[in-house]
Amino acid sequence: MSDTHAHSVAFVRDTMLPEQPPPVSEAGAVKWVRENLFKGWFNSILTILSIYFIYVIVSGAWPWFANGIWTTSSLAECREMLDGMTGACFSVLTERWNQLLFGFKYPPEAYWRPILAFVLLIVAIAPVLYPKAPRKMLAFTAVYPFLAFWLIWGGTLLIPLMVMVGMMAGYFAFKRFERQSFAMGMLAGLIAAVVVIWAGGIIPSSMPDVLALQAIPSRDLGGFMLNMILGTVCVSLSLPLGIVLALGRQSSMPIIKWICVIFIEFIRGVPLITLLFVANVVLAYFFPPGSNIDLVLRVIIMITMFSSAYIAEVIRGGLAALPRGQYEAADSLGLDYAQSMRLIILPQALKISIPGIVNVAVGLFKDTVLVSVISMFDLVGMIRGPILASTEWNGVYWELWGFAVFVFFIVCFSISKYSQWLERQLATDHR
Amino acid sequence: MSTISDPPSGSFRLSMLINDTRYRSYTFQFIALVLLIMAFAYLGFNLLANLQAAGLNISYQFLGEPAGYDINQTLIEYTSQSSHWRASLVGVLNTLLVAFLGCIMATVIGVFVGVLRLSNNWLVRQLMSIYVEIFRNVPVLVWILIIMAVFIAVLPQPREFRGDDATASMVFGAFAFTGRGFYAPAPIFGPGSGVVIAVFLASVVGIFAFRNYAKKALYDRGQLIPTLWPSLAIFFIPAILAFFVMGRPITLDLPSLQGFNFQGGIFMRNSLIALWFALSIYTAAFIAENVRAGILAVSKGQTEAAASLGLRPGRIMNLVVLPQALRVIIPPLISQYLNLTKNSSLAIAVGYMDLTGTLGGITLNQTGRAIEAIFLLMLFYLAISLAISAIMNVYNNAVKLKER
Repeated sequence: MSDTHAHSVAFVRDTMLPEQPPPVSEAGAVKWVRENLFKGWFNSILTILSIYFIYVIVSGAWPWFANGIWTTSSLAECREMLDGMTGACFSVLTERWNQLLFGFKYPPEAYWRPILAFVLLIVAIAPVLYPKAPRKMLAFTAVYPFLAFWLIWGGTLLIPLMVMVGMMAGYFAFKRFERQSFAMGMLAGLIAAVVVIWAGGIIPSSMPDVLALQAIPSRDLGGFMLNMILGTVCVSLSLPLGIVLALGRQSSMPIIKWICVIFIEFIRGVPLITLLFVANVVLAYFFPPGSNIDLVLRVIIMITMFSSAYIAEVIRGGLAALPRGQYEAADSLGLDYAQSMRLIILPQALKISIPGIVNVAVGLFKDTVLVSVISMFDLVGMIRGPILASTEWNGVYWELWGFAVFVFFIVCFSISKYSQWLERQLATDHR
Repeated sequence: MSTISDPPSGSFRLSMLINDTRYRSYTFQFIALVLLIMAFAYLGFNLLANLQAAGLNISYQFLGEPAGYDINQTLIEYTSQSSHWRASLVGVLNTLLVAFLGCIMATVIGVFVGVLRLSNNWLVRQLMSIYVEIFRNVPVLVWILIIMAVFIAVLPQPREFRGDDATASMVFGAFAFTGRGFYAPAPIFGPGSGVVIAVFLASVVGIFAFRNYAKKALYDRGQLIPTLWPSLAIFFIPAILAFFVMGRPITLDLPSLQGFNFQGGIFMRNSLIALWFALSIYTAAFIAENVRAGILAVSKGQTEAAASLGLRPGRIMNLVVLPQALRVIIPPLISQYLNLTKNSSLAIAVGYMDLTGTLGGITLNQTGRAIEAIFLLMLFYLAISLAISAIMNVYNNAVKLKER
């Protein structure tokens, strides 16, 4: 602007006015409430309805929770103490705590073993879950399955030890022959592992008392421990199986492709409960006559098959989402199939599939309660069976089911939060 | 004269089966096939040996024999003298019934919650995300058992409706909510009710015709005809007129308390309702997430473009956002329906007699034909899921973006 303009008007302000605070309705909490809760009549009605709903829930549940009684030994006693007031009988949780966690047959003097196994599980799983944890901890992760087996099932340490030695022999054989070809390495590893385990099997059977814990048959496992065991074992077994199935389904070899397609579609087409029926009543027919594979192992086999089919589909999605250029680049570097998959394709495809894999894992963990239908006593089975049917606690529904909801919610919710965190950690794209 | 890249000519050597990529895949497939056949042969031999040891055989004769057990909810005629095959059929229908009801209710709740999760209202958003997180993260079996516990522990038994000092009463004198299940009035179709139903069906067809006409008017002449109120009028007025003209041929059969139980009306057993509600609210939590993701997947530019054309918010949703969102929502929605159908097999936990309860439950236990019964059971669910995937493929091809 030129100064001619300034001279043409009567008055021009030459100083700034002091800044006014914004109107009360346009700042701070009031603005937030206006915009988020009472914007328009419809929104206001929704808010008032929600507040009423929350009030009803809280006013109903709070006295029940606050008056809760934690120390009686039966429902009748608890009702007597409450004396007509509203209140929860949480004492069913304290009194049956061990049953809820370990089932009703696991020997009480051995409770320290699953607890120790659980604590060690956290240590073993840390380097897998947190990329920043020291890599040396992975050695413990490799040892952990054998240790956990020994702790939970008992028996002599020599059996898991021999299997571990066999696995290590297999690993070294694989490393030795990997240079020639991946398939050769796998074959050599497999043979070495089988031979060592078979040959070493003599040692534990000749001295069954070395470093032996009290052996606990797997039908004595129960409670939330059973859900945890089934969940962790089946997820960790089905991951490699799922990768193999996904690669098989993407394969250019028609026979292998169709074997995988039929397996995956069959498993995904039937409910888990029918597979558990198979584990319960049919699978025994397919084992050699006279062999007596216990129910937990049969259930683990079926659940693993089930989840591996779902994981295979998730990973197939990841493989399909990779740009073709990645496959072609791997080929043009002269890598063979195994190398290109291990070094180029799978690391990227698995990263894409993480949310899906975690979804499957959460779903699988929730599905482990279905074993209560084939009369195994997991957490839900314990609640439905021995606890609700007992004379002391007949009719305590809300406390027990509330506990089940709480436990599953905590575990599943934290797993899904973890996966969101991991996704952010692994995100390498720039924005 | 040959270049280096030419395949070496000459005779076929055995080592080429492993070292030559042209033949290696045949080797691998052959090995896989042999291993597969060996595995099946091994399992088959074990099966035969085990069956022989137990003195059993594989036979489907049992399907024709009388079942000898009662089923508490039958959609077709069935007595305990009917065959196992008939019992399985009853189970199939019960499965389909609960799956159908569940899919409808899950869709309604899921869409409602999914839209509310995107609401402007902070409180509603939080409530809906709490709903979704709680229901998604707890096994559906637990929800089924919890709702069943409501029936057992909270709702009154029919006998509590009795007497002058009854502790429970019927709603509107027509609906009774008891621990055994819900009782509702049933329509009785008297003579002349056929006309009323025909008029009603004709008015439903009329609504579609009217809406088509309005759409055509909008697209051809740019003329905006209101559809909501005329549709409602067409829906109600002719049928109500016909109802009174024909002298009220349709009456209601109200449930009434006789002895210790209600008689008459429609009875929905507690196990059906527990299963139906639990499956619906559980699946609805997943559907809500699909709906939300679908709506968010439509880029904001689309909404803004529609707004800049001068469309009102309701029309933006109907004409621009939803058609594009549905393309994203429908495929996962259908697989949620599939999951719901498969989860309905948990009926066995509350004693609802679906196929798992009849064929896979009582029939299996009575006849001991485990292999046959479970094989048929799997075949049924497999057929359903293959049918649903086929529908999904047809749909996906129909809505696929037509690219040049």
